[in-house]
Amino acid sequence: MALIVDFFLQGVQMMLVVAIAPAVLGLTRKVKARLLRRIGPPVLQPYRDLWKLMHKEAVLAHNASWIYRTAPYLIFAATWVAAALVPSYAAGLLFSWSADLIAIVALLGTARFALALAGMDVGTAFGGIGSSREMMIASLAEPAMLLIVFTVALVAGTTQLSAVATLFSTGSAGLRVSLGLGLFAFLLVAIAENARIPIDNPATHLELTMVHEAMVLEYSGRHLAMIEAASAVKLVLYFSLIACLFAPLGIAGPGAAASDYALGIAAYLGKLFVLALLLPIAETGVAKMRVFRYPLFVGSAFAAAALAVFLLFVSKGF
Amino acid sequence: MPGIDLPAATGLWCVPGFLCLAGVAAAVGQRKLATPLIYGGSLALALVALGAALTCFLQPGPPWTLALPIGLPGIGARFRVDALSAFFLVVVNLGAAITSLYALGYGRHEEAPARVLPFYAAFLAGMNLVIFADDAFTYLLAWEFMSLASWAIVLARHRDPANSRAAFLYLVMASFGTLCLLLGFGLLAGPAGGYAFETIRRVSHTPFAATLAVVLALLGAGSKAGLVPLHVWLPLAHPAAPSHVSALLSGVMTKVGVYGFTRIVLDLAGPPNPWFGLTVLTLGGITAAIGVLYALMQHDLKRLLAYHTVENIGIIFIGLGLALAFRANGIKVAAALALTAALFHVFNHSVFKSLLFFGAGAVLTAAGERDMERLGGLIHRMPQTTVAFLIGCAAISALPPLNGFVSEWLTFQAILVSPDLPQWGLKLTVPAAGALLALSAALAAACFVKAFGVTFLGRPRSAAAKAAMEVDTFSLTAMFLLAAICFLAGVLPGFVIDALSPLTAMLTGGTMPHQAALPWMSIAPIAESRSSYNGLIILTFLIASGSVTAMAIHRFATRATRRSAIWDCGFPLDAPQTQYGSASFSMPIRRVFGTVVFSVFERVDMPRPGELRAGSFRMRIIDPAWRLAYGPIARGVASISLILNQLQFLTIRRYLTLVVCTLIALLLLVATWR
Repeated sequence: MALIVDFFLQGVQMMLVVAIAPAVLGLTRKVKARLLRRIGPPVLQPYRDLWKLMHKEAVLAHNASWIYRTAPYLIFAATWVAAALVPSYAAGLLFSWSADLIAIVALLGTARFALALAGMDVGTAFGGIGSSREMMIASLAEPAMLLIVFTVALVAGTTQLSAVATLFSTGSAGLRVSLGLGLFAFLLVAIAENARIPIDNPATHLELTMVHEAMVLEYSGRHLAMIEAASAVKLVLYFSLIACLFAPLGIAGPGAAASDYALGIAAYLGKLFVLALLLPIAETGVAKMRVFRYPLFVGSAFAAAALAVFLLFVSKGF
Repeated sequence: MPGIDLPAATGLWCVPGFLCLAGVAAAVGQRKLATPLIYGGSLALALVALGAALTCFLQPGPPWTLALPIGLPGIGARFRVDALSAFFLVVVNLGAAITSLYALGYGRHEEAPARVLPFYAAFLAGMNLVIFADDAFTYLLAWEFMSLASWAIVLARHRDPANSRAAFLYLVMASFGTLCLLLGFGLLAGPAGGYAFETIRRVSHTPFAATLAVVLALLGAGSKAGLVPLHVWLPLAHPAAPSHVSALLSGVMTKVGVYGFTRIVLDLAGPPNPWFGLTVLTLGGITAAIGVLYALMQHDLKRLLAYHTVENIGIIFIGLGLALAFRANGIKVAAALALTAALFHVFNHSVFKSLLFFGAGAVLTAAGERDMERLGGLIHRMPQTTVAFLIGCAAISALPPLNGFVSEWLTFQAILVSPDLPQWGLKLTVPAAGALLALSAALAAACFVKAFGVTFLGRPRSAAAKAAMEVDTFSLTAMFLLAAICFLAGVLPGFVIDALSPLTAMLTGGTMPHQAALPWMSIAPIAESRSSYNGLIILTFLIASGSVTAMAIHRFATRATRRSAIWDCGFPLDAPQTQYGSASFSMPIRRVFGTVVFSVFERVDMPRPGELRAGSFRMRIIDPAWRLAYGPIARGVASISLILNQLQFLTIRRYLTLVVCTLIALLLLVATWR
């Protein structure tokens, strides 16, 4: 019986991240449109888009290989599994120990690997430019992310996200310089990884500076739906990580009562709402960068995270 | 333990077996029969040796020793199999067996098999013998034998001037390495001349002698393994050999170098000083980053793989450095963790690097080309090779759920326990090494997206690539066997870690927790509450969620598909050169790191509007090791020889004076020394 409940709770988490993801994306678009004095599409528009794309036929280039056709599903699966392993409303779920924070970062790496290969499959200039730039950004952002993982792990004494969330929600870690630096670095990495302004513009097509959209330019129909869904889930994943590492209030601990879980879900949705409001505000405040300014942006994340790690190696008190 | 006498002796008997095979190969010469005979024989012998090594490795017990009355008087030849050598014997013979299988197919395309076959068997004998050796003399003899045999294969295609230059460089570096090891063993043996490893282990060394011996071991074994800045021969010599031998050189012989270092530093040189760990860690971090950055810049597929070996050696040495640092401070469990990570990576790298070189060899056979700028679209022509090569690429890029990720994950876990180290130097070096490791892991993914994407995806860039055909069954079987090992070791890493625990107990005194006891076959480096990973569950989840999604969409939405021309924003260009190629793919990274790491010379010649001549782009990248380390040495040698040149033109009187002066100086030296 207990096992069934555990399975159920894990299943809720897995379904929750996927179900909520288009709405979160829709909310950021809506807020952004309002900030630009446009009406903007309804918050639920991404669901309709996905529905429409899924029912359209997929158009493939003549020389598209099986990699091109399977990559969307692999990208979606890897992102989804990674997102399902981040504690959202409850810590210590059934499979939470099967991957730690390093493995979650690496799973996103698997998704990115597949996406970059898919971009090169048909053999166009746009696909290649996107893949090449995506890997350049990733090769700077991923080490920064791993150093953030080190920071958190050194403070908490574990890389297990559930354990980190449980520890941080008690408040015993306190306010720390290193965690502050880590949060700063994390925000920069999250912006870079989710292809948001100033690194990339999710709303653009046909612009030479684009990265993510260039890779998926040839995609259509259900394949495009999978990729769009994966990027929405990825946004939720990063929001969940911020919520669970830096604002773990309300997360239900292991063996909590049903009311705690309800509270946890409410708190989680509230946090997602706040983050989905803040992201477009930050985005509208800055302009898109030139490609070769990225190293400065992502490099500052790397430097901040490295500083945090060095401080923690010097003394655990920081 | 009763068990390991017979298998260890069998393994040792395989060495004369390989030597006989080399003799047979020399005798049959150019005949058509020679290729299947020698590779088949090597396969059989390597399988026997692998079985023997596996038995020794999985049956921990007291070491097996044997002393034969051959070799130098008073020393003889000693052989020994303990947990460390059994592990490396497994690595060597696994590589040897699968390479021989691959070569049964690949070797048929060899132009002059008589130049490869005898040395191939001799090379396998040499690598095995290095690991069996239990005294300095046998060790050095086997080491030099291995180097020379492999040098001969590198020189197999000697008509290409680039190959003979690479072989010459290899010979110089190999001699330098052996010289360092010779001096190192001399220091460890001391004035009494106890060259048996047993004696070296028993005697306590002065700190000075031990430190110098470790430095010499780092130079000697590091030059074989490819530590920066001793790596320069490796990206030249490894690709020069036939591809199956490249796989052995890169995947296996570098591991023999790692074995030499581990044996001397962790076993023979006595209790380590924390500064050893710091030095090894620093070199490892730099090696990892430089190796992958230069791998990214290559457009020759085999040279890219060879440079990437340098990166992996760096990762292994980061693990070894951490193990040394922990052991010097008596933190045994962490030392066991770091050593396990390093050795697991040794195994993993030997598997996926061999796989990738086999793939490169298959491409070379099929398209006759290893320049990526002239390949492309091979996924349609060589579907099976593509799958195997893709698995190798994903594994080496440390992507879960494959094996490369597990060993890198273990290395990260070892870094995360290192704030416990008391020394300040280490406290500051370890996070830097961690950052370099993280950087090189991310760059490795970029490197293999490029290697796979440019070679196998897109449209063919030459007629040869367009006409490529799938390779033979032997090659494919060998590649898929290795790909299967990548999967198994990634999904069930706990068994490998458990099998390594007697080894870590021997060298560090600690062991990692027993992994098979953990639920659901997950792995936990220190305790499950600290961190754990389960490749099996991740794989299951990935397959389940991916296939359920795909099936649901196909069932409930639509599965209609239409083929059409490439869209490319409405302006598709027919010329395959408009695709992203190797140089263009790595251009952003070249620009980002260009000012710091690379010495890149780029020259763009763009015609003005209206001019009809073709534009051109030239780029030259020089490894900084040449400029910073070898340039000054070469200049120094040149200027000294210029000065010494005058000695050639002296009168007989002056020569006699010189002889007498030298004699007196030497006599004085001997007199004061006594």
